[in-house]
Amino acid sequence: MEEKTENTQESTSPVPPKKQNAFVTNAKKLFQAGIPRASLQDYDKTPPTEEELKENILIVNHLKKYFPVETNLIGQPIRYLKAVDDVSLRIPYGKTLGIVGESGCGKTTLGRTLLGLYGKTAGEVYFDGADITDFGERQMNTIRKDMQVIFQDPYSSLSPRFTVGGIISEGVAVHKIVPRDEIKDYVMALMERCGLQPQYYERYPYEFSGGQRQRICIARALAVKPKFVVCDEPVSALDVSIQAQILNLLRELQTEMQLAYMFISHDLSVVQHVSDSVGVMYLGSMVECGPTDRIFENPMHPYTKSLLSAVPVPDPRRKKDRIILQGSIPSPANPPSGCRFHTRCPACMDICKEQAPVYREYEAGHSCACHLYPQE
Amino acid sequence: MKEKKKGYISYAESRQIIKYNKQQIRYYEKLKKRKHIPESEYVVQMRDENNIVEFDDLHTFFFTDTGTVKAVDGVSFDIPAHSTVGIVGESGCGKSVTSLSLLRLVQAPQGQIVSGAIRYRMKDGSCYDISKVPQEMMERISGKEISMIFQEPMTSLNPVFTIGYQLDEVSLLHIEGATKETARQKSIEMLELVGIANAEGVYKSYPHELSGGMRQRVMIAMALCCQPNLIIADEPTTALDVTIQAQILDLLRGLKEKFDSSIMLITHDLGVIAEMADFVVVMYAGKVIEAGNVFEIFDHPSHPYTIGLLRSKPVINKKVDELYCIKGRVPSAVDLPDYCYFKDRCDRCTAACGGKYPEFVWLSPTHKVACHLYDGVKEEN
Repeated sequence: MEEKTENTQESTSPVPPKKQNAFVTNAKKLFQAGIPRASLQDYDKTPPTEEELKENILIVNHLKKYFPVETNLIGQPIRYLKAVDDVSLRIPYGKTLGIVGESGCGKTTLGRTLLGLYGKTAGEVYFDGADITDFGERQMNTIRKDMQVIFQDPYSSLSPRFTVGGIISEGVAVHKIVPRDEIKDYVMALMERCGLQPQYYERYPYEFSGGQRQRICIARALAVKPKFVVCDEPVSALDVSIQAQILNLLRELQTEMQLAYMFISHDLSVVQHVSDSVGVMYLGSMVECGPTDRIFENPMHPYTKSLLSAVPVPDPRRKKDRIILQGSIPSPANPPSGCRFHTRCPACMDICKEQAPVYREYEAGHSCACHLYPQE
Repeated sequence: MKEKKKGYISYAESRQIIKYNKQQIRYYEKLKKRKHIPESEYVVQMRDENNIVEFDDLHTFFFTDTGTVKAVDGVSFDIPAHSTVGIVGESGCGKSVTSLSLLRLVQAPQGQIVSGAIRYRMKDGSCYDISKVPQEMMERISGKEISMIFQEPMTSLNPVFTIGYQLDEVSLLHIEGATKETARQKSIEMLELVGIANAEGVYKSYPHELSGGMRQRVMIAMALCCQPNLIIADEPTTALDVTIQAQILDLLRGLKEKFDSSIMLITHDLGVIAEMADFVVVMYAGKVIEAGNVFEIFDHPSHPYTIGLLRSKPVINKKVDELYCIKGRVPSAVDLPDYCYFKDRCDRCTAACGGKYPEFVWLSPTHKVACHLYDGVKEEN
């Protein structure tokens, strides 16, 4: 878009730029300050192989989601908040990928961008064997029933004006999952499967406790028979005993319906329990990703190590020699130079402050971005 | 005749409840608002000189329109000096109301301390029953002797005043002879003490300019301003990330050593309890069901609820296929049954559980549990 306007300016204006008035020059400067869209896609597009597409329900390459924080005179963004910056991941059919990180690291934005709730800035997404990178709104609607979401707060994610039956059956009716006259039976059976009594069909959400509301959310997500569910902190608002009930339910449903989950949470012990592989995010980018056992037994990135050591363990005799990170997460609108973690890193070197580390694979499926390990 | 619906109350019942509530509230408010409360009512003796606080059969009820909610129903435990007592339980079990009773901050007029005593030993050695002291005296105790760190630092800091103003307020109120200048110095000193690097800058800023961890540090600075005897920390790290949580817990532990105070730590996270507490009190539906020192509770949890809580939390590097879960949920706080409240969720029920509420059984000098499973142990001892 940028190049196009420049060309037209050159060809149409016979006056040399020197003689332009101050307003035009200023406007042009501001115009050029905008980040050209082309630079956001400065990587080699490598489509996944047939085999990879068959194995994985979701393949994401170099996904970026930037929010404009400052715009110039004509409304072009000149500074971005890089909420998700260059994230690549893949989720096999029927498996769970856990995403951990502190608040503000972009894990929720990542989930929402994958679902198409936010338009992505750049990157490729392959879902269920198809390239959905350039899907528009109408095309997205056809695959929406295959990807669903369970939100964090069961108190604000249910409409108070719908009955439980209405909430769960809405998607079923829209996507024509079952014939119209069978909807009620279908929904009641599903409610029972999710641990809700079928006679709750006519009740309203305010009559339920947090755990039961979360069950309604789960039933709503599963009503359209999805293949992939984004669970955005589904248990963090719940009590410990209710947490265990919901986690067990999610796991049972996974084996029953062959679901793939993306499980976003800040609670590492929960993530370890549910996930097959784990991705650790820091300030918008993935710092480490690998199989759950490897991440928890042999973490590579210093951030993962300190996260793991910060988790309180219910054992009073455990030695308390932990790595306590100093400071808090920097603002993503103004990230530090080089490696984004260098301001808090206990093993910071000079190179970390200048050069961003390469995110590469070290062992089978175990990737990391850190200067402590060979970069080439 | 229409069948009586469960969980709904009729008009007649509702009127009856409201009448009863009015009567009760008037009685307790009158007791509190007397002009001269004789000293003999609130000056007491501690049962044990080493304790700083003794809860003795405390009952705090809420008179609501749907019935009397027994939020705290006969709670007794002690807080020894220079130690940390952790209180665990699910939401709605009365752990926050217990701490609010200690500061007399229970939402009046619906919420009232109905009976029982909270004995508190002041810095100067005199002992008072907090549940009966006059209001003027309470104003001298709260903030200066006992202070509280609340759960949500965003909602407990006033958004329209600067951090400095809110910190100065504490010193000006409680420290005798404090001027604006000394209060300012004290506030900045406190901010530095809780690990805020840019204390002068934070002093001038408003709460919304700070991150969650920083706000919690400010709250801690505010609570410690007068070097209190007892710090009540009500879920101090629940709203924070693990890395920030580790920082705050570390800070609290350090400051407790420095000021030689006691901490009453309220949380639902057993990991935090294991790390911080010396003594643990487990609460369920307004009652203490198990109490003991931290090793007893974590090595030999005795009440089925405590065991369930410990097993239902996934632990890092301890692989289980399926999490243990306590079935059902906490019973409604209005009309609780007269048998053990945990009976309907318990998987180790015996015939005795249908009987009256179990009494405490002492398993060791410090470890007590309220469960019919241990009835035999009592006879042996």
